[in-house]
Amino acid sequence: MALQMLVQIPLLALAGWWLAPLLTRRIVDTFSTWNRSGISGILLASLVAVVWMLPRALDAALETSWVALAKFTSVPLLVGMPLAISWPRAGFVVRGVWLVEAIAMAFRLGWLYTVSPARLCSNYLLGDQRQTGKVMLAIGVAACLLLAWKLVWGHSRIERVR
Amino acid sequence: MSVLRTLLASLLILAAGIAVLAATTDGFRAFTSETARRIDVREHPRVLPPVPLQTAQGRIIDFPALRGRWLLVDFIYTRCMTFCSVQGTEFGQLQRRLAGPIEAGRVVLVSVSFDPSRDGVAQLAAYQQRSGDRGTGWLAVRPTNPSDLDTLMRVFGVTAIRDGLGGYVHNAAIAVVDPHGRLVAITDWDAPREAEHYVLRGQVQ
Repeated sequence: MALQMLVQIPLLALAGWWLAPLLTRRIVDTFSTWNRSGISGILLASLVAVVWMLPRALDAALETSWVALAKFTSVPLLVGMPLAISWPRAGFVVRGVWLVEAIAMAFRLGWLYTVSPARLCSNYLLGDQRQTGKVMLAIGVAACLLLAWKLVWGHSRIERVR
Repeated sequence: MSVLRTLLASLLILAAGIAVLAATTDGFRAFTSETARRIDVREHPRVLPPVPLQTAQGRIIDFPALRGRWLLVDFIYTRCMTFCSVQGTEFGQLQRRLAGPIEAGRVVLVSVSFDPSRDGVAQLAAYQQRSGDRGTGWLAVRPTNPSDLDTLMRVFGVTAIRDGLGGYVHNAAIAVVDPHGRLVAITDWDAPREAEHYVLRGQVQ
């Protein structure tokens, strides 16, 4: 479970992020008027990411081939790529809000997976679930620390792409 | 200008996103596949397939042959030494509590093995024995070939995974089948009162 949720899916998103430079300047510029401060793109990426956080979706991706295909295409193209295009446009506030929510989500899911007595996914063992929860909590803590470090000692101005 | 466009784009994306989430969760009701299974069975009762099943006595029967009474079905594997062995004793107790309706021919308990390669007729009989079987109204059965097993597991929505210790972990539950041979509900295996309620209430009608 930890592998699929915390390694495979993030790697798929990363693949999408890295593919973003393949989009021509023209395509990106067409989107940019609809994507001020990167808000539309980040919203799209977040919603698609939420779909793939549902235990039901993870089960379906293992059991049904079209869902697996949907995962392998939507995560890079609708999560990774929009984030890659939108993040440079996002200002401090948008980035801050998104990061805080992402970290909060890691804590919520991590806590839920650690304490739930019932298996949320039919295809994973309870022990797997608990372990995934603990790893998510650890990721949340690490992200918090990294964020705090950057705030205190990092850059105070973010380069924006207009 | 781009503010308005972004607002419009965001609202459209939000609407589409909510629609997709609503669709994938059956209207925000089912976040796990187990809940989804239960809702699906309740809203779309399905007729059970005529798959041959071998009983602990060696006879071959099938679900259509059991029509005319309520069936309470659970899926088991007899080698289970952990908590799911409690499933057997729970069914034994259910058999005791439903003794009246069983004797009146209104209900039959059925335990289906999802590990028929290791659960033969003798293993099924031993399983019932140690679960306190009273002798009537409880059938322990096994499908006779792998594709039939797949059909059954698909219709009932049973998922079994290996637990890494030589056994299985599965979404144990009690499936309620009405006298017309349709699967109408899935209830918790450790709260058999709910399943009983279906049978007893069904009789009052």
